[in-house]
Amino acid sequence: MSCRNPGSGLNLGWISRIAVNQPAVLRRAEQIESRRTVKKDWQVAWLLRAVTCIDLTALSGDDTPSNVHRLCFKAKRPIRDDLLRSLKMADSGIATGAVCVYPARVKDAVHALKDAGCHIPVASELYEEIRMFREACGEAHMKTILGTGELGSLTNVYKASLVAMMAGSDFIKTSTGKESVNATYPVALVMVRAIRDYYWKTGFKVGFKPAGGIRSAKEALVWLSLIKEELGDDWLTPHLFRVGASTLLGDIERQIYHHVTGRYAAHHDLPMA
Amino acid sequence: MAACPGTDKPSVREIFSSLQYGPAPEDASVAQAWLDAHERSLGHFIGGKWVKPDGRQTYATKNPATGEVLATTIQGSEEDVELAVSTARKAFESWSKLPCHVRARYLYSIARTVQKHQRLLSVLESMDNGKPIRESRDCDVPLVVRHFYHHAGWAQLRDTEMTNWKPLGVVAAIVPWNFPLMLLTWKICPALAMGNTVVLKPATYTRLTALLLAEICAEAGLPPGVFNVVTGNGAFGEKLAVHPDVDKVAFTGSTEVGRVLRKATAGTGKKLSLELGGKSPIIVFDTADLDSAVEGIVDAIWFNQGQVCSAGSRLLMQESIAKDLIHRLKQRMSHLRVGDSLDKCVDMGALVDESQKKTITEFVEEARSEGAQVFQAPGPLPKKGLYYLPTLITGVDTTSRCVREEIFGPVLVAMSFRTAKEAISLGNNTSYGLAASLWTENLPLALEVAMSIKAGTVWVNGHNMFDAAAGFGGYKESGFGRDGGKEGLYEYVRPCWESRAKPNPGDVNYKTFAATYGADVPPIPGQKDVGASVIQVHDSQIPSVDRTYKLYYGGAQKRPDGMYSRPIFGSEGAVLAYVADGNRKDVRNAVEGAHKAAPGWGKRAAHNRAQIVYYMAENLELRREEVAQRLSHLTGEPKEKALQEVDLSIQRLFYWGAYCDKYGGTVQETLLYGATVLIREPVGVIGIACPDESPLLSFVSLFAPAIVRGNAVVIVPSEKFPLPALDFYQVFDTSDLPGGVVNILTGGRDHLSKYLVEHQDVQAMWYFGSDRGSKFMEWSSAENCKRTWVNYGLARDWENPREGEGEEFLYHATQCKNIWMPMGEIFAN
Repeated sequence: MSCRNPGSGLNLGWISRIAVNQPAVLRRAEQIESRRTVKKDWQVAWLLRAVTCIDLTALSGDDTPSNVHRLCFKAKRPIRDDLLRSLKMADSGIATGAVCVYPARVKDAVHALKDAGCHIPVASELYEEIRMFREACGEAHMKTILGTGELGSLTNVYKASLVAMMAGSDFIKTSTGKESVNATYPVALVMVRAIRDYYWKTGFKVGFKPAGGIRSAKEALVWLSLIKEELGDDWLTPHLFRVGASTLLGDIERQIYHHVTGRYAAHHDLPMA
Repeated sequence: MAACPGTDKPSVREIFSSLQYGPAPEDASVAQAWLDAHERSLGHFIGGKWVKPDGRQTYATKNPATGEVLATTIQGSEEDVELAVSTARKAFESWSKLPCHVRARYLYSIARTVQKHQRLLSVLESMDNGKPIRESRDCDVPLVVRHFYHHAGWAQLRDTEMTNWKPLGVVAAIVPWNFPLMLLTWKICPALAMGNTVVLKPATYTRLTALLLAEICAEAGLPPGVFNVVTGNGAFGEKLAVHPDVDKVAFTGSTEVGRVLRKATAGTGKKLSLELGGKSPIIVFDTADLDSAVEGIVDAIWFNQGQVCSAGSRLLMQESIAKDLIHRLKQRMSHLRVGDSLDKCVDMGALVDESQKKTITEFVEEARSEGAQVFQAPGPLPKKGLYYLPTLITGVDTTSRCVREEIFGPVLVAMSFRTAKEAISLGNNTSYGLAASLWTENLPLALEVAMSIKAGTVWVNGHNMFDAAAGFGGYKESGFGRDGGKEGLYEYVRPCWESRAKPNPGDVNYKTFAATYGADVPPIPGQKDVGASVIQVHDSQIPSVDRTYKLYYGGAQKRPDGMYSRPIFGSEGAVLAYVADGNRKDVRNAVEGAHKAAPGWGKRAAHNRAQIVYYMAENLELRREEVAQRLSHLTGEPKEKALQEVDLSIQRLFYWGAYCDKYGGTVQETLLYGATVLIREPVGVIGIACPDESPLLSFVSLFAPAIVRGNAVVIVPSEKFPLPALDFYQVFDTSDLPGGVVNILTGGRDHLSKYLVEHQDVQAMWYFGSDRGSKFMEWSSAENCKRTWVNYGLARDWENPREGEGEEFLYHATQCKNIWMPMGEIFAN
């Protein structure tokens, strides 16, 4: 993993100067989808990259050892081997970025995986609180969930992102993925611009994770190009970019199936998670 | 600059690791099939069918992204103009008489049919012009559709919303190559909706979508001859414009060609609207969201390769954020992709023509040689095709050519300012006035700057947003007339009472016309019996105290610069009085006085202006008898008639007083989430030459609408009967009218008008004189694209309210500014 973000101390002057113009952000967000697209081999390569950034997630009340097992195996082998072979990518070690499960199920997951993804959700934008969590994390990387749907304005999203980074978050995440408003492009734009600013000012690269509502392969491509355009290629790795999703992988695998075979897959053609 | 696809196709593994972009071509097969169906050889489209006369030269239309020849089109001749105009004239007979509802159905049907073919239109437009398919697909063509729908509505409502107006006849539309389809739509929609027929000449480089649209209109059932497309070179366009049976010329293009058209149509009685060039500022304050401002800059200057008349080509940055903004901008520029116009993954396509690339290169190289810093994000361009990298020039100042002149390419110049006042001055320091954008989160600042920038469109925290419901057009040398909105309809109608003037002024020598001072009425004393005025005091007659009529400007009576006077004769031939004989220096002084007064007058509360105008009515009524007496002496009309003219003048002051606070503007119902507000601003300083008919009433009828709408005027009263206007000196002085709002110059009407129209800082010229004078005024106004209103030597009935007051006067007394204010802060919860 990349080096830790030690935090920069609370800089209220910086925070108070933040102004986010929502209508302009919405316009840019609309354009993100229409200005870029990738086709054919490029599309399939990008989708494979997206797979490596997925936090494969099972956060339901009715999770059991068996579905957590399936999830873990799917995370290790997210795309059917024969498809990867025909793309000459079988030996490239493609796996999802991590699996995310409830703490009660971590034991199940560890049984299935040698290295479980470390996932510590924190839902607070208060600097001191985050600092305390940061200390509690010790060596572990800290991901701060902003709950952007509750922040009321994009300016607040920006400010919350900054505070979280100043307090030493290594990753900032849009939302739990279970809220009414989750990962949207406008929110993402604001958060990644905050990440970019923080990097320019401090030299530390903080990761970004949109979560919730990202279901289609097409959306995954938009997310990748959003990151590529706003933050640059450096951020397009699982160390700095994760997508929290549960059903996205299925659609990506279907698209890859179609690219390889020229036929649209039935659900039963692909192994379930 | 991000990498563009090379020739060697990378493997999936390579792309997986580099995450580069690849080609994403739009399929052009339908567009190619359309061209093939016409055997790649296109003629004119006249009277609902293709017309390809023999013996015409041809022009090969190329795809500027690839150099591939798409089709040959023909270079029309005078005969073709004749055929098209006569066809349109014939169609006008029936089209103009259709019920509004029927015309609305036709426009609605066109909108629907265009929608059915929108991808074809987009693809063909991108191939023909070089613009990215994303833009033609997401911007140009949706706007075309929107314009037809919006104007189907105006067609329906014409008789309700445009009462007292009627169509003009045949409209010649001449449009440029930067938005070939969209801009022609901006002309034909209002023209057809108001009941006119159209002959369109597309630009030489880009003729294909206009011809395709003509075919689509025929498919939509539009009657033959209502919309005709003819192709030809620039000279052919001029032939079309000057054709005697063309009633109106609607032009979008360069200021240079706009001037040519203004001169060519001078004195012909044709209406003209010009939408010309620009050098629009993007003003970024320290209170702006800088990342959003950067995206706004991308929309402003790298939209359509910068080949946009409203392109934000001058970046003005508040000093405190300048460095930061430039840093962000350069970073953003490194992500812009330039490539084939049909690639769905590019930000910029190809320039339209080699000559365009050459001009842009010259501008940039000149700046570089002057020591400016030229930044282009490095990166590969396609091997062939007319491409130019997005360019940022810093280290320039207001004297550089690249700052003053329109480059019409993807080149942005950046300068800094300290205060908002300086930003406004810099923003307005251009001969253009098409558009501006400003970036700040500070609302009071945004509104004040928006109101202070002299431009037809101001975007707050955005740039290059357009809609059919908001007019688009310029101030100053960016032209006059508006495309879109209700304000745009007035370019395609005339008052119901008026028929088209077909004056015959003959040749006017523009060098010598009215140039000599004092030659027409030699102010030599002792020629005719001068009625030395006497008064009876007790038993003896003694000479009355001499009353000398001076000029009146800057709020005071002034002696004329030349120190000459001219005799004014009464109806019986005797000299009634001498008035000052003004010359060009008096014009200069009066205009200066007017400019001092104009800003403050324009900013006064409308209520306050109204009070002053009502006060004038009151003070005129106090002098009712006296003024009528003098009128009667002068004109020889019976006292009763003269009294009636005075009373009507009082009434008219009331009429215009009432309009002080009732014509400020409206909210436009555009697609914007927020408010698009139309502000009807003063034009500025208006030069007015009054006619001889109804000397008092016409004077009042002309100055009053101008000043109630916040203009300052330099007015030349009737040359023959100036005295009633001079009586107004005292009316003005006693009515609290600020000095300099109305300035009166007596003397030779044409002589003074000549210097008014030639004054670069007079914003409009209203001339009610001869047909020759009218021709001169229109011709001479071309120099700085001044708005003109002339009578072609035809008298109007000032007593009749239909002719002497009304919306026509308001139209001329105001110019439309649309301010776009997007809204939104509340998010999610």
